[in-house]
Amino acid sequence: MRKVKSVEDLEKWKKDILAKQKQHEMTVSVCGGTGCQAYECQKVKAAFQKGLTQKGLRERVTLKVTGCPGFCEKGPLVTIYPQNVFYQKVKPEDVPEIISETIQNGRKVDHLLFEDPNAHRRITSADQIPFYRSQMRLLLSRNDLIDPTHIEDYVAVGGYQSLAKALFQMKPIEIIEEIKASGLRGRGGAGYPTGKKWEDCKKESGGTKYVICNCDEGDPGAFMDRALMEGNPHSVLEGMLIGACAIGANKGFIYVRHEYPLAHKNAEIAIQQARKAGLLGENILSSGFDFDVEIAKGGGAFVCGESTALIASIEGRVGEPRSKQIRTVKQGLWGKPTNLNNVETWANVPLIIDKGSKWFSSIGTEKSKGTKIFSLVGKVKNTGLVEVPMGITLKKIIFDIGGGQQDGKRIKAVQTGGPSGGCIPASLFDLSVDFDSLSQAGSMMGSGGMIVMDEGTCMVDVAKYFVHFLQEESCGKCLPCREGLKRMGEILDRITEGKGNDEDLSLLEELAEVVADTSLCGLGKTAPNPVLSALRYFRPEFEAHVHEKRCPAGVCTPLIRYSISGTDCTGCGACAKICPTQAIKGEKKQSHLILAEICSKCGSCMDVCKANAVMVQ
Amino acid sequence: MDLKSVDLIVDKYQEKRTALISILHDVQDRYRYLPDEALRMVASRLHMDINQIYGVATFYKSFSLVPQGKHSITLCLGTACHVRGGPKILRELKGLLHVEPGQTTADRQFSLNVVNCLGVCAIGPVMMVDRKFYGEMNPIRARRIIEKLNGKRGGVRS
Repeated sequence: MRKVKSVEDLEKWKKDILAKQKQHEMTVSVCGGTGCQAYECQKVKAAFQKGLTQKGLRERVTLKVTGCPGFCEKGPLVTIYPQNVFYQKVKPEDVPEIISETIQNGRKVDHLLFEDPNAHRRITSADQIPFYRSQMRLLLSRNDLIDPTHIEDYVAVGGYQSLAKALFQMKPIEIIEEIKASGLRGRGGAGYPTGKKWEDCKKESGGTKYVICNCDEGDPGAFMDRALMEGNPHSVLEGMLIGACAIGANKGFIYVRHEYPLAHKNAEIAIQQARKAGLLGENILSSGFDFDVEIAKGGGAFVCGESTALIASIEGRVGEPRSKQIRTVKQGLWGKPTNLNNVETWANVPLIIDKGSKWFSSIGTEKSKGTKIFSLVGKVKNTGLVEVPMGITLKKIIFDIGGGQQDGKRIKAVQTGGPSGGCIPASLFDLSVDFDSLSQAGSMMGSGGMIVMDEGTCMVDVAKYFVHFLQEESCGKCLPCREGLKRMGEILDRITEGKGNDEDLSLLEELAEVVADTSLCGLGKTAPNPVLSALRYFRPEFEAHVHEKRCPAGVCTPLIRYSISGTDCTGCGACAKICPTQAIKGEKKQSHLILAEICSKCGSCMDVCKANAVMVQ
Repeated sequence: MDLKSVDLIVDKYQEKRTALISILHDVQDRYRYLPDEALRMVASRLHMDINQIYGVATFYKSFSLVPQGKHSITLCLGTACHVRGGPKILRELKGLLHVEPGQTTADRQFSLNVVNCLGVCAIGPVMMVDRKFYGEMNPIRARRIIEKLNGKRGGVRS
């Protein structure tokens, strides 16, 4: 690898890489994100490797394993450039056809193209697919073009140019002013103005300062940061470099959660390559600025997403939060001024420096600028990562991009903000998605998880799920969170078992208020949100559990009963075969019957029944 | 117990106390759990109190103080996996392996663990078996994967 010693060097390096890339006529991009890996994209890549070699095409065609393009549902994804042909659900056995048809003869393989479910026509390029059409992919679009393990790919798309600009054309104070003017707010959830945080940290006197990248994405249902760190780690590094230069820090840490092995690996490779290229280390681009980054690994504790707990964890201690009377920008890591931002926040920085704060602040709403990546998951047709301008409506995300309901059940809510957020009912889907509107609706932006729920989701069960989640993840330091959540969990257990009463509901609300008011850190303070928002919008469901001892969604096992519809049952016997307790009786080709007293209510019969004859009440 | 590996791991992190969590991860990767002898060795090499080491090892969920089975089954119970039927899969796994989450089967073949999110939410419910991800799981597929690992292909139809 070449060592870049000046801005001119960097420019020349970029030109050389581009010239080299031009020698290849075509590029095959195979998604290598964790989602596609679950669909065995490695085998697809191996098939391309073999096929291209056999046909003697390796000189003409580049094979690239990229980060996540977001449409995980349809993985493994393969894109052929420059034709921009987007293939989905590619299997290793499809590869010879792609090579002979598309690569050698320029024809499309129809059955691998995305089919528009409404118009029933095949779509060639990704940007025409409804899932992508309404998105604004400022951050994620580069994932499609970059092999994260090759720094050259990032340099080729203009990588590290913003760093050069920040180092040589701007004073630190100008960088901070630019970020402030852009209106960028922290993408980790709280939405604190990034420029303001940097300014506060810069003001602190004293030699050593640190910057930290928070990649401890613990919110269940959210994976934007994983996709960015896996797919484009250099953009995060570049953001950290610019931030460190502005603040006056020479050392940075990336805290990666243990559950993200690929993000850890790709970040490590990126750091090593950046060091070799001279973009990390001493006297970067001969500017006199020194900066290096280390990775710290998490240990599977949700609370470590909280800044003070995260800092304790980097120090090798138990991840317990502390009171924030003294902010981390004053006293953070090892007592030194520390600026901590989330992965997505850092990744936005090079864009702002490159294109200017005016451009950035033209996107979004008055108080929420730029784009936000959401992980659209749950009971929705198209699941994956979506990047949209702030201010878009929930309806547009869930129905236009997400394609609406999944299997015939009406969508009734969306959960945003993870365990700190809440459930927003379908009646409020015209709500604009920005920091303030979501908070007003009793939820929050959070880090960007959007879990769609339909009629088959029990809101009491969801509330119970979050309370148990947080009870388990509570570090136990302060009493309201440790004990309060436990008691709230017990009440919700009672309700879902059909043992709840009216008093339970009011006690639940009272406890929720106490936990929110008196807990030490953000985890406890926001913990009651899922319960309070569920009570606010879905009270009839709670009442059905309490008064009628009934679970309308058919989820809470003690309150439901499975039965088989005599008219629909074809007597195929699949249910009887799968039933773990042998609770289903019936003759072949005759209607079957579930013996309620033996039934363990596992629901396997419902999953296997092709005639949809199994009912739940 | 051969503790040479522990020495090498601590060397790799230059005896840095701040690397404690990374050190424990590496020790666990090597022994498939955190043996008491290894933790005492880490404590003495880092000049830390053994209580502190145990404090960290028991606080973070990724660490296990008991030996893990040959195969690790990790079921994701994040929100997206939860609403798509994760708990049903957990019931199936518990019934099949006769263990609770966090436990290992008596024959030391399987360790069952649950996590709060693996970050592969788009294709949930997700299960990780020996570091390999499986998406769009259901109880039937889960059972088939276990039976395949167990070497006996039961009469479960797809």
